[in-house]
Parts: sequence; structure tokens; C-alpha cells
Amino acid sequence: MILIEMLSWLFIGAGALLGIAGGIGIHRFPDFYSRLHAAGTTDTLCAALFLIGLAMQTGVSVASFKLLLIFAFLFFSSPTASHALANAAMLGNLKPYLDENNADQQP
Amino acid sequence: MILAVAAIAILVTIALALARAFMGPTLYDRILAVNMVGTKTVLLIAVLAVLSGRTEIIDIALIYALINFIGVVAVLKLVEHGNFYASGEED
Amino acid sequence: MKYPVKHVISLSVVLFLLWLGLSGHWTPLLVSLGIVSTLLTVYIAHRMDVIDHETYPAHMRLLMFRFWFFLAREIIAANIDVIRRVFKPGKNISPQMIKLPVTMETCLARVIYANSITLTPGTVSVNLEKDSVTVHALSIEGAEELRSGRMARAIPQDYVEE
Repeated sequence: MILIEMLSWLFIGAGALLGIAGGIGIHRFPDFYSRLHAAGTTDTLCAALFLIGLAMQTGVSVASFKLLLIFAFLFFSSPTASHALANAAMLGNLKPYLDENNADQQP
Repeated sequence: MILAVAAIAILVTIALALARAFMGPTLYDRILAVNMVGTKTVLLIAVLAVLSGRTEIIDIALIYALINFIGVVAVLKLVEHGNFYASGEED
Repeated sequence: MKYPVKHVISLSVVLFLLWLGLSGHWTPLLVSLGIVSTLLTVYIAHRMDVIDHETYPAHMRLLMFRFWFFLAREIIAANIDVIRRVFKPGKNISPQMIKLPVTMETCLARVIYANSITLTPGTVSVNLEKDSVTVHALSIEGAEELRSGRMARAIPQDYVEE
């Protein structure tokens, strides 16, 4: 099916661009916590787009089942890893860079 | 074709993340970058598996996803406590 | 036995389906080996005493789907937002650190809430406590969005009974 093929190209292309955007993001942002947004947020969707796109290419088979399993695992573990990183950084007394005109800052 | 381009894009992302891992001012930046390299490696293995048509390689990607998550959490625990004990066991 | 038998049965079924999906072999010898390994895993889980409502959430069922669709939309919106900020020249972010109340009763609902915060519009949950969650937001808009409580309301309450 040419339609599914093209759809999978679309997904994989979008995933690739998203990955590169995340890579640029971790260089553009000024401090650790904002880099966490760039990496953590794009990671999930990038992986999702890639794996769904690849699953379309392989069709209904054991391979696509495994790809979807990887997707499910990454979907649950990626935010957990982000949270663990942020939590560890906060416990390690890493001060975030905050906006000055900020109404309610937490110490 | 698109798969080869995607593999190259993933490699570029890994290069960017590695640069951050080497530069990273704080330790947490480095762990973040390494975590990102790990996730992208999973995707790279999956893409290469489909590209080469040897789909049994996807098993390796699956295992790598599991190991990567456990590895990151283990490193964080090491950073946080200085050892691998469970959080309640020290002092 | 501290847990109902249906947990054991459903765990076995899920594990066996997982084995089938991962192996892709259907010959009688290999399938019987798969059944043996499934039973072994269930036995080990039983000995480790980890078959409970947390490791195998049998009560999380169809109600999840509506929340997943909501979450998928939010994730895509979050990514577009972050990408816009990555490529916007000059000063592009205004980080905030805010504390939000957590009203969820169960651990599972609180964890789902914190994970959803991490996944969506430029916000990462930094610290999760009993009745509050500290959130680092990439922008003022993201912080306001969370304060409005739309996310907290979207998490279905009724399926996460203890």
C-alpha cells in the first residue's frame, strides 16, 4: 500500500526532525532544568513517531509487535527518567535559572 | 531511502548529545545527555534492523531500552547517595 | 494468599501472550517451553510476593483510553511549543518553579499525574510529595496552564481504587 508507505515516511521524517530539534535544544537553553525540557519532551514523541513509522513499514508481524512494545516501554520510562533526573538535581542543590519577573518563586 | 536519512539524522542527534555530555557544566547535564544518547541508540538499532530487513535485531533494541532506563536510574542513585544502597538503608 | 486468584491467572495470560509475541514460534515444543517459562516466572513473582494491585494493575482498564487520547494531544502540543522555543532567537524562555496541590488519593493516581506533567507543555515535575508536587515550567504560560487544573481533572479518578 503506497498510502501506508507514505504515511510511515511522514512519521519517520517528523521523528528525525524532532530528534535534531531536541539535540539543538540542549545546546540552546541556558541551564540544566530547561535542557531537561528540550531533551525529555522531544525524546518521547520522537521515539513514538519513529517506532510507529517503522511498525507501518514492517506491517502486522512479530517485528511490529516488538516495536510497539519498545514504544510502550519508552513511553512509561522516559518521563520517569526525566523526573528522576530533575529530582536528583534538586536534591543535589542545583539552583535553577528563573525568570526575574516571577510572581511566586520557590526557594 | 528515508530510513537511511533517518539513521543519519539520529547519528547527528547523538553527536549533538555527546557534545553536551562532554561540555556539560554540571554532572546532571552529562547524565541527561547520556540518557538521550541511549534513547536514540534504541531508535538507531530499530531503524537499522528494518533497513537491513533482519527484524530479529529489534530484540536488541528492546533489551537496550530496558538496560538504558535501569542504567540511568542506577547512576542517579549513585550520584544521590554515593552508593547503591536502597534509599532507606543508610544512616 | 493476600491477593485474588484472578490476578495470578491474568498475569499468567499476559505473560504468555508476551512470550508468544516476542518469540513468534508456534511449534508445539516451543509453545510448551513457553508455558513452562511463563509458569516459572509466575512462581518467582509469587515467591517475591510482588503480585499485588500495584505491580499488576488489573483494575486499570478501558477508562484509560480517553485519558490517553487527551495525553497524546497534550504531548504533541508540548513538542510544538518546545520546538518553537528552541528555534526562537533571543530570549525565548521564562522558567518558573511552582508548587501545585495534589488532590489524588492513591499513589498510582499521583504518579500518573506527575508523569503526565512531565510529558506535557514545557513542564517537568521535580519533587512529588504527599499532598503537593513541585513543577519546573519552561514558560509562564505552561505554569498557568497547570495551575488551571485542566490536567488534574483529566485524570480519571474512579478506576484507581485501592
